[in-house]
Amino acid sequence: MGTQLEMKKISIEFPGVKALSEVDFSVRSGTAHALVGANGAGKSTLMKVLSGAHVHYTGDIYLDGTKREIRSPKEAQDHGIQIVHQEVDTALIPYLTVGENVMLNEMVQNMGKKQLVNWKDLHNAANTILKDMNIEVSSKKLVKDLTLAQKQMVLIARAVSTQCKLLILDEPTAPLSHTETTELFRIVNELKLKGVGIIFISHRLPEIFEICEEITVMRNGERVTYRKMGEITQNEVVELMLGKTMDEQFPEVNAAFGDVVLEVKGLTDAGKIKDVSLHLKSGEVIGLAGLVGAGKTELCKVLFGHTSKRAGEVILNGRSLSLKSPHDAVKSGLALVPEERRKEGVLIQESVTANLTSASIGKFCKTFSFVDRNAEKEAANEMIASLGIKTSSGEAKVENLSGGNQQKVAIGKWLIADADVYIFDEPTKGVDVGAKKDIFDLIAKLASNGKAIIYASSELSEIMGITNRTYVLYDGRTVIELQTNKTNEEELLFYSTGGK
Amino acid sequence: MSTIVPVTADAKKRKVELFEFFYKYGTILTIILLIGVFAASNPSFIQTNNLINILRSISIVTIIAIGITISLTVDGFDLSVGSVASLANAIVISMFVWFSQDTLIAILAAIGASLVVGALNSFMIVKLRIPDMLMTLATMFIIQGIALTYTKGATVSQNMVMPDGTFATGPISPLFAKVGQVPWIILIMAVIVLATHIFLTYTKHGRYMYIIGGNKEAARLSGISVNKYKVLAYLLSALFAAIGGIVLASRVMTSEINSGSPYLMDAVAAAFIGSSVLGVGKPNAFGTFVGAVLIGILQNGLIMMSVPYYAMDIVKGTVLALALAVTYYKQKQ
Repeated sequence: MGTQLEMKKISIEFPGVKALSEVDFSVRSGTAHALVGANGAGKSTLMKVLSGAHVHYTGDIYLDGTKREIRSPKEAQDHGIQIVHQEVDTALIPYLTVGENVMLNEMVQNMGKKQLVNWKDLHNAANTILKDMNIEVSSKKLVKDLTLAQKQMVLIARAVSTQCKLLILDEPTAPLSHTETTELFRIVNELKLKGVGIIFISHRLPEIFEICEEITVMRNGERVTYRKMGEITQNEVVELMLGKTMDEQFPEVNAAFGDVVLEVKGLTDAGKIKDVSLHLKSGEVIGLAGLVGAGKTELCKVLFGHTSKRAGEVILNGRSLSLKSPHDAVKSGLALVPEERRKEGVLIQESVTANLTSASIGKFCKTFSFVDRNAEKEAANEMIASLGIKTSSGEAKVENLSGGNQQKVAIGKWLIADADVYIFDEPTKGVDVGAKKDIFDLIAKLASNGKAIIYASSELSEIMGITNRTYVLYDGRTVIELQTNKTNEEELLFYSTGGK
Repeated sequence: MSTIVPVTADAKKRKVELFEFFYKYGTILTIILLIGVFAASNPSFIQTNNLINILRSISIVTIIAIGITISLTVDGFDLSVGSVASLANAIVISMFVWFSQDTLIAILAAIGASLVVGALNSFMIVKLRIPDMLMTLATMFIIQGIALTYTKGATVSQNMVMPDGTFATGPISPLFAKVGQVPWIILIMAVIVLATHIFLTYTKHGRYMYIIGGNKEAARLSGISVNKYKVLAYLLSALFAAIGGIVLASRVMTSEINSGSPYLMDAVAAAFIGSSVLGVGKPNAFGTFVGAVLIGILQNGLIMMSVPYYAMDIVKGTVLALALAVTYYKQKQ
């Protein structure tokens, strides 16, 4: 079969960053092409170029041998390029029927002067498409009643409804169960038979090896390799994805541990987390490694009482905890620095001081709960100085601080509150290199002061650099426990991607 | 081109600064301006008598608006305050007139009933997660209906004719009558404004409420019991609505049907105008008082200028729209 898409020397720059440099990428019709790479490798950027979301690229795009410019999402769609994003709910209208959702593009773009919708035709057309793909969902059903997998199929059906020639699936299997994945693969295979080219982005290597014919690996905005699937092994892919890691200056990790502070046995929540067991000693830093969507954030939140557990036991300092809310967790001596900093970690409208004392204002209270403002200010200023938070004053609003400094505020609030167990969820996300180093130093210092620390991250190099021990999460389960100094990134990634 | 760019950037900056200035001081400037205009057109406007008159006329609005302000601090919105005031008014007068109770019992009964409403509101909002405004809209209707049913759709007053043809014999205590008179009515308002200001600004509870209002998720993850403070906010808002209704009862010495409802919109307007006063940018007690002053002056001055009472809602509605416009434009920035 012929080459359907060829992207040649695609480069794109954003202020200060070269996101893609001279990337070549091609897809043959009727095949699935895997696009893999670590976080920030440039996969999404490349696909955004192809789907018309980033218009200022340089380089050439050929579709079926003809050179094309793609300068808007509409142009991409006109050329038959469709993308199904990971967050399916953002593209669906829950209160409308499956039929309407499948035919949405048709209804919006090809109605012309017609004012009335012919419901019979619409449902017929939708049914034909669904039937063609062997999807057994009634077109009259409301989308909000569908499962996640079915919603994804509705989106794929919508893409097919528009004479789709090239379909981009961005991490389609991340939220799916095993049987749902099988069903998705069946549909992907149907589409291949119809001559549609599929670009399949995924972190799950076993799946890629199952469904794809070719693979392109990206790293740091460049294509590092392109192979046929039979010519490469999973381990080689992992090595290529990692390449040489950036040298980050991690502080020396503490090695003097105390007693077990936290013990988790068979923890299960209502959603993602299944049967997680781990333990943590004082002075120890343990890592929760895993890819995006592996359940790290969910585990952190259930440990912190933000979501309730279904089964299992959490024992802190020898006492079994039953946390009903984060309020109980804080009282028991837990602290969480959440992933979504602006949404969950800091109060952007409040001053740095108010943020720093927000978890521990009780400490600065006199009789009748009156806040001792001088004591509060003193403590905040001390923290600003010791963490090196760059702010004009304690009165400045947090929204005016850089990402790294906001993160320091989010951490500092727990330092003032003084917990026993600190949970960090992706603390370096969106943080510049300098601030990253400060955060690592801080964590090392906490550990040497006898605090117990949980460090959840999908950045494996950080897990390697900062932790003593690591649990790898895959699909909401702890698949393995590793001594950090006896493992390497390849092994971590191998287990993170579902290797056994 | 290079010379033009900085000029436009400069102009833009100046425009932002101008907005900031009016955002901070606009309400107070407007009040001064209005006083000037009204005084010029009718010198009796600034006589002590009239100024006291204005303060008296805004005291009930202010007390109720303080309740709304507290509900706004936790990012809630209590629309039921008008109905709660009606209910408190009806209960306190009926306790005197129908049941010949003494002052303390009458007041406690009214406050007790209102706290039940507050508890209902907060239970539905916290436990069933009904959006604040919709839930309190529903309670607004329910309580309005309950107050009407309780008084059988009639005005309750001393010596009223009872359904069986006899006259009601209960007296309203003279002590209670003092509550609605100068200077007590103004003092009550002042104490409530001051106490709420201190509570919100200087205690940890106030701080927690603002944190919840600023970012509920971050507040929860900081270990603050968000639900507890939401309940507290709605109880306080019902309490102040009840006090408003009681003061109103003392002022008119009767219970008209739906007597509290007209205060709702004025109170909402006062609270929203108040959040921008002096650039605080969030609901606050002192600002709410200033907002109420603005509305009171407008109302008083326009009546003096013979603007008919039935046109007053147009003016007050416009002021509310302006206050909202300023609040949301500021958020957009």
